[in-house]
Amino acid sequence: MTKTSIRVTAALFAFLMLYGAPAGAMHISEGILPAKWAGLWFILSAPFLFMGLRELKIRSARSPHYKALVGLVGAAVFIISCMPIPVPVVGSCSHPCGTGLAAIIIGPWVTVVVASVALLLQALFMAHGGLSTLGADLFSMGVAGAFVGYGVFKLGKRIGVPVFGAAFLAGVTSDWATYAITSLELSTALGTSSSWLNMFIAILIAFMPTQIPLGILEGFLAGGAYKFIASRRPELLKPFNENAFVGDVK
Amino acid sequence: MIRNIHLIIIVLFIAGSCVFTARAIGAEWSGVDESVVEKYAEEAGRPPRDPYINTDQGDLLLFVFLLGGATGGFVGGYYFRMLFHENKEIAKAKN
Repeated sequence: MTKTSIRVTAALFAFLMLYGAPAGAMHISEGILPAKWAGLWFILSAPFLFMGLRELKIRSARSPHYKALVGLVGAAVFIISCMPIPVPVVGSCSHPCGTGLAAIIIGPWVTVVVASVALLLQALFMAHGGLSTLGADLFSMGVAGAFVGYGVFKLGKRIGVPVFGAAFLAGVTSDWATYAITSLELSTALGTSSSWLNMFIAILIAFMPTQIPLGILEGFLAGGAYKFIASRRPELLKPFNENAFVGDVK
Repeated sequence: MIRNIHLIIIVLFIAGSCVFTARAIGAEWSGVDESVVEKYAEEAGRPPRDPYINTDQGDLLLFVFLLGGATGGFVGGYYFRMLFHENKEIAKAKN
């Protein structure tokens, strides 16, 4: 064991000794959102889901492996988004979302479809989220998580960030975007017209101690998984690196 | 070898820090669904209601999570094998 390892471990333990504040996922439970707000998020999510289904049909017809890839990514998103991970420094648990990783592999539109299936199963059978809040949960995890992650990935690659780094940033930002939108959904629905901004900031801050480390963890997960596929079966990723949006595939 | 030592240190650090936090701050390891979302909802007078199919009863939720994890793992493993082994073998055979 090197001296540096011992020093790093000692420093991390010292950090834990000093940092001991207790702190309180993106799943909004049944009945929390008033009907008009729940309805609004359904309306906002619906076009993305419709476009995702259309994209899934087009890509499946053009690529024989696409459905298998969507099945693999769908299973991963389902498991990742209901897997509570303890965050040692704050003493609470939360879950990554997996939609950033999904978006850079199967595209952001189809990720919305995959997220809707995962969230529906969780709302129906796992007491995670709710049917009335499905639209809001889908918008934060499926739409915001997927499109922010995908956008950051494309931007990263365009400015020359290595593949692992770009995928890492996609994972981190998609996680944080999901929780930022959840904060917005809660504060606009539960706060008054004068207090919603304060409530938004308060909820966002309450999420931070847990989601900052978890977002970084999700970044490593996205970076590692993307690099693995890129090194083993790069042809699986090719169509989505070149064409992301509906009807773009030639 | 050095890499393995680093891995062991990281695992021990995470396990140790979980135990430390639990003892030092009385951590309950509640999810942020509960400690943030539901807390603010209750403060605003909109507490969550029971889900339509309430599996959060005793060990039933553990069973549902186990079933979900096992099914998801099987589906993921099935497609993983299809994409990363079978197709690779077909491509090799073609070449």
